[in-house]
Amino acid sequence: MNEQSHPTAGVYLRVAAVLVILTVLEVGVFYVPAFRPVLVPVLLVLSAAKFALVVMFYMHLKTDSRVFTFLFGAPLLLAAVVMVALLFLLLGALTLRGAAGAG
Amino acid sequence: MTTYTSLGLDSRKMAFWAFIGSECLLFGSLISTYLVYKGRSVVGPYPHEILNIPFTSVSTFDLLMSSLMMVLALAAVQRGDMKWGKIWLLCTALLGLVFLGGQVLEFTEFVHKGLTLQTNLFGCTFFVLTGTHGAHVTVGVLWLLTLWVRGLQGKLTRQHAMTVEITGLYWHFVDVVWIVIFTVVYLIQ
Repeated sequence: MNEQSHPTAGVYLRVAAVLVILTVLEVGVFYVPAFRPVLVPVLLVLSAAKFALVVMFYMHLKTDSRVFTFLFGAPLLLAAVVMVALLFLLLGALTLRGAAGAG
Repeated sequence: MTTYTSLGLDSRKMAFWAFIGSECLLFGSLISTYLVYKGRSVVGPYPHEILNIPFTSVSTFDLLMSSLMMVLALAAVQRGDMKWGKIWLLCTALLGLVFLGGQVLEFTEFVHKGLTLQTNLFGCTFFVLTGTHGAHVTVGVLWLLTLWVRGLQGKLTRQHAMTVEITGLYWHFVDVVWIVIFTVVYLIQ
């Protein structure tokens, strides 16, 4: 598909409806105590689904050139890797420092 | 004048996607910083004492709806329906203003409750992250209003659909960043 073929208004409205439902689910899950043990993974999955819907349909990456997907996806992946690396490095360092202080 | 890359893609759109890629790294670093210092404040107020989930849920809904208005504006401009193009652009900008108003209210309430940039690690990382996002929303609103005014002057036509699309890319990016912030900062406490 070329970069000009975009979804119709009907598709945009359906995506908006799904986004609203996912947001309601997110907030609902937050308030239901039964979900407490799995709250973080459930919220992350719902958030990722919303992210993907906006990027694929509203930003047209589903139908646009793969070059745009690469230009967005590569830095996004790099940001995710940097985020995980930072969390491991700094949380580990801070925890060790805390343990040394307590000891 | 429209220029194309050797791949046959609009050069402005390609450059803008590269810019959005760089923005991913900016927000990635800010979110990382928030997460690294999460739960390490030695004095309050703490997130669970101060964050207002119902209020922020409405702001999130508002921003999602503004994204819908933006794609409807683009669809209208692409089919040459400038009347609805202008209406949807204005609606997008107004919803952006509502979001900003909500953020101003939230920040004001937090400051009154004793949370500032200097109070603790939560305050510092929270205000820098959400403030940077708010600054992006402000730029987006100004950009949208500029397009709307150009539309009123008759300077926004079907030939400018790519300009509206690039504006939309920026606006939707601001939306997806908020989707992440809403989950990471507000819901995962």
